[in-house]
Amino acid sequence: MAWEYAPAPESRNIARLRTSYGMFIDGAFTGGTGGSFKTVNPATEEVLAEVAEAGQADVDRAVAAARKAYDKVWAPMPAAERGKYLFRIARMVQERSRELAVLESLDNGKPIREARDVDVPLVAAHFFYYAGWADKLGYAGFGPDPRPLGVAGQVIPWNFPLLMAAWKLAPALAAGNTCVLKPAETTPLTALVLAEICQQAGLPPGVVNVLPGAGETGRAVVTHPGVDKVAFTGSTDVGKQIARSLAGTRTKCTLELGGKAANIVFDDAPLDQAVEGIVNGIFFNQGHVCCAGSRLLVQESIADELLDKLKGRLATLRLGDPLDKNTDIGAINSAEQLAKIRELSDIGDAEGATRWSPPCELPEHGYWFPPTLFTGVSQAHRIAREEIFGPVLSVLTFRTPDEAVEKANNTPYGLSAGVWTDKGSRILWMAQRLRAGVVWANTFNKFDPASPFGGFKESGFGREGGRQGLEAYLCAGDGRSGT
Amino acid sequence: MTGSDERLAVLKTYKLYIGGKFPRSESGRSYAVSDAKGRFLTNAAQASRKDARDAVVAARKAFPGWTAATAYNRGQVLYRVAEVLEGRRAQFAEEVAAGEGLSAKRADAVVTQGIDRWVWYAGWADKLAQVLGGANAVAGPYFNFSVPEPTGVVAVLAPQRSSLLGLISVVAPVIVGGSTAVVVTAQDRPLPAVSLAEVLATSDLPGGVVNVLTGRTAELAPWLAGHMDVDAIDLCGAPDDIHADLERAAADNVKRVVRAPLGGEPDWTAEPGLHRMSSYLETKTVWHPMGV
Repeated sequence: MAWEYAPAPESRNIARLRTSYGMFIDGAFTGGTGGSFKTVNPATEEVLAEVAEAGQADVDRAVAAARKAYDKVWAPMPAAERGKYLFRIARMVQERSRELAVLESLDNGKPIREARDVDVPLVAAHFFYYAGWADKLGYAGFGPDPRPLGVAGQVIPWNFPLLMAAWKLAPALAAGNTCVLKPAETTPLTALVLAEICQQAGLPPGVVNVLPGAGETGRAVVTHPGVDKVAFTGSTDVGKQIARSLAGTRTKCTLELGGKAANIVFDDAPLDQAVEGIVNGIFFNQGHVCCAGSRLLVQESIADELLDKLKGRLATLRLGDPLDKNTDIGAINSAEQLAKIRELSDIGDAEGATRWSPPCELPEHGYWFPPTLFTGVSQAHRIAREEIFGPVLSVLTFRTPDEAVEKANNTPYGLSAGVWTDKGSRILWMAQRLRAGVVWANTFNKFDPASPFGGFKESGFGREGGRQGLEAYLCAGDGRSGT
Repeated sequence: MTGSDERLAVLKTYKLYIGGKFPRSESGRSYAVSDAKGRFLTNAAQASRKDARDAVVAARKAFPGWTAATAYNRGQVLYRVAEVLEGRRAQFAEEVAAGEGLSAKRADAVVTQGIDRWVWYAGWADKLAQVLGGANAVAGPYFNFSVPEPTGVVAVLAPQRSSLLGLISVVAPVIVGGSTAVVVTAQDRPLPAVSLAEVLATSDLPGGVVNVLTGRTAELAPWLAGHMDVDAIDLCGAPDDIHADLERAAADNVKRVVRAPLGGEPDWTAEPGLHRMSSYLETKTVWHPMGV
């Protein structure tokens, strides 16, 4: 008999949703000069809140506030005190973790299980980790007396809204910089609650500023002459535009961009574990993950067996209400992203690959795409080359380890890769040859504040996390560039 | 006829260095090189766009082998470069003195510093992984470690003033970590670079790991900055007025860009630090679960 799950929804009241949200400049929430926009729940298309949009004048004001805070308060402050502010923020994130998780799920569409168990705990951990660095920077390997850069302009994506805010703010603040952060236009809410946490933690005004808005606001932040350092996470196209816009300036820049990761399964891999890893690799967060394992490379001899198991597993995935604790697959973040996923999937059909999805009822309202895999994919197919950023897996096969490496590396990207095999020497051999910033062996999509994350090639440059993550926000004390 | 004590010297033809060979420019072009006082020294090959592309192909071809070499081996090769250079110091001192207008004594000191710079970098090859990488204490049952890995093919616009010590100081940090280099030499002072190529060719450095182009920096740089198979570019010797254009071109494939130092060429005699090496290294992080 089939065991039905009873719904186990988390209450949306926990999110303490307000009807409108201001921007956060110089320690206060204010309206702005750029009008306002609505943020919607992608699972229902209902409007969640009205959010103030930052215009050029707001960006000017935020950068000026950040500069003043940098000069007068934050950089001169004893480093140990800076660290204590970050510890405070980490604790307050923990205290409000359930609220943040529900709010994130509402605004982003991700399953509450992921927001609760992955995003928010990692946010707190990231602040804890970098809090401890604040008064130990001389031991980080960037010279005996490394210095902050000044004002950091930071633009983050919608896939992990709060986590990306933490990845940007924590190392920047620990190193002594002040920040102007622009969250994505479809997911501004948790960053604004984080701003409130900064306020409650007593963080001096101007040290962190949060400016909601779309591409225009982001452009104003990264090209502002008062910004000393730009950090961007998002698409490779926008990353290239940012790099071009900074040409000829002295502004420092780190970019964390797209990916098209290979998840490579050898014939000796523990197949049940590999299936879980494949599912986690591409269906975690609806595939809205720059390091998603979007290309499955499976050794030819086990391809049929693995695909049978994988299809069986996909049939058990539960798609639907993101606030239901049983939900595995939530909503696509926006109508625009859904259109992109549909377009590339249709191209997959048109180019001759075979599409498969499990029987899967999609909710009537909201933006949804079923977990999908394509077989019969060749390396030339667009679904094997372009980042889909959705729950779509392209399956390719290989015969020899050399062929696996060659296919895995045959991409302009180089963010991550996965290897599944029982043979230790083969794991290390593969890990050495894969041109990717993160290699997950017999696991996938694991993140930790102590673990450097970032890409090779067109997946960007600079690292976030770990000692290496400080480099983006420091220059060596002897005047040499740290980055 | 010249008397026996008045023997006419055999002059060297200064050529390019691509893929371990010394071709002339495919364009057939050359340009006159003068000493610091403007007196003619020799003709050097004037590399073309095609030569630059050939050099990138050679550097890409050499990359897998060089990056797969053990760090110990790379260190030995770099040290070998210092050894061979030591044996030819007189020639380098003469070229540096002529090109940079230095006294024989000053030029000799520059050569000494250049040799010692190779030795300094040679020693780094097998220490970078420990200094820049390591085990990461993640919150879970995983072994997690990070290692620095070479970026790939690096275009180096060598400094225009310091034709030997500056050159060594920008090339050695590229190759010590396992990347390969396409070097555009100081435009008006190219001779030490060509002679250095001869040293490299006889120092067990595999062909293609360093490629040397003499010619017009402003002509060659845009092709390298925009080349989709170049992974990083050092703008050190780029003319000021094309920096922004080069950076824009470099963005097309997200090249790592090392901007020219503020305020002109730095004091090359200072200890270099890690920055140039780490500019051409990518951190790779590997996770594996722990369990029985």
